[in-house]
Amino acid sequence: MIAPRAEAHRVVITGVGLTAPNGNTLAEFRHSLLSGQSGVTRFETRYFGATVAGVCHFDELRYQSRKDLRRGTRAGSIAIYCAHEALRDAGLDLNRLDRSTIGIYVGVTEHGNVETENELYQLQQYGYDLQFWSHHHNPRTVANNPAGEISLNLGITGPHYTLGAACAAGNAGIIQGVQMLRLGECDIALCGGVSESIHTFGIFASFRSQGALAHHEDPTKASRPFDAQRNGIVVAEGGCLFVLERYADAAARGARIYGEIVGYAMNSDAFDPVLPHADRQAQCIEMALHRAGLSPDDVDIVSTHATGTQSGDVQECAALRRVFGSSRRTRFNNTKSFIGHAMGAAGALELAGNLPAFQDRVCHPTINLDYPDPECSLPGLVAQQPQELPKVDVVLNNSFGMLGINSVVIVRRV
Amino acid sequence: MTPAEIRQTILDILADIAPDEDLSTLDPDRPFRDQLDMDSMDFLDIVMELRKRYRVHIPEEDYPALASMTSTVEYLTPRMKDIPCK
Repeated sequence: MIAPRAEAHRVVITGVGLTAPNGNTLAEFRHSLLSGQSGVTRFETRYFGATVAGVCHFDELRYQSRKDLRRGTRAGSIAIYCAHEALRDAGLDLNRLDRSTIGIYVGVTEHGNVETENELYQLQQYGYDLQFWSHHHNPRTVANNPAGEISLNLGITGPHYTLGAACAAGNAGIIQGVQMLRLGECDIALCGGVSESIHTFGIFASFRSQGALAHHEDPTKASRPFDAQRNGIVVAEGGCLFVLERYADAAARGARIYGEIVGYAMNSDAFDPVLPHADRQAQCIEMALHRAGLSPDDVDIVSTHATGTQSGDVQECAALRRVFGSSRRTRFNNTKSFIGHAMGAAGALELAGNLPAFQDRVCHPTINLDYPDPECSLPGLVAQQPQELPKVDVVLNNSFGMLGINSVVIVRRV
Repeated sequence: MTPAEIRQTILDILADIAPDEDLSTLDPDRPFRDQLDMDSMDFLDIVMELRKRYRVHIPEEDYPALASMTSTVEYLTPRMKDIPCK
């Protein structure tokens, strides 16, 4: 299926709200990406002990009361912060909008693990007597929680839900927003992804048991996609929500436009629960390019998904070489090398970090690439230092996840 | 616990579950709900905290007794008189 090209179906990004381990606005985030500043730090979590993680430091009380924080979830707080910041960035005043026309579509890798672990930990102190199990457990753990907390906080009465899409969730949220705008289900889409995953010990323990959890004496060196000394994933928290509008609406109100979402695709490996599959990843990228009416050589920057695992990085590079092998123009970078893997937020954050390149024409690098792995060879890989490009018109954003879920979003400068 | 100690216990719980509220001006005879931004989940928090901290179990049919500070202290005094103050 080729995406409709009618004017009414053009969808653009007009606002960005984010919190990343190395920045709480797009400007801060971009500055960190261009100046090589990692957001990965030492981190300690229940039962697991010392590890490293990407930790966010946004002002939780900017848009929530202390009672809101006590009752809600970390994912909800991240989502609320990002939603407010995105609307503000888009120059939209909720008091002048029909709140029933706003849709909220939030990608999550998982939700409820943090809250369930916390509740079980509390319950243990009461001898596992279930009369001490909190009445807050259900509203905190329903799968729509992060999106629902946005709705409650901002009084938005349009549809809200989350999309469970493993680590492809950030892109999945964006794609859902585009689709709902095209269907006329909403006039403004708040969409992207969030993650609170560093607050569950289970994710660290599971990655470690899988041999896929990164470790390094220097936390800022732990996330090293494509490097021969990579040893796994750095788990991060974070969030990024975009304001999407139909181009005609954005143009009519004179909105600043970050870029147009001209292509997207999602598919499935149907291959293995955890191992990636280059063939299906390449197909997903090609499908997105086809829908966008672009060739590989039209793409200036590919924002790679690579997480720092042995097989994941190799498989993605194989897919990229297959699709972009003949393109001399395309550059590749990796944002996880700065912030770790922000799970449900990763796809959205990594796309956001590249959007300013439409203006400054700089491709931020992949850091910690001290010993390039020959199996991860990519001719256009931007390593260690930012690279200025003659022009940046098209950014392609990869996000892949467990159970074989692949997603690609393509954004073009307007 | 004396009625005064029970009152302080309730204030401590309220400070935890409604941390944004100014409790210094609380009128003991007016319903909490009229003075504080509290909903049904918050009242369940009061019940849960009494259960957790003092093992005081309040049956659902008695929840209306927790409407104001005065009614709460009156209700809890016979039930908490043998509990030592923490």
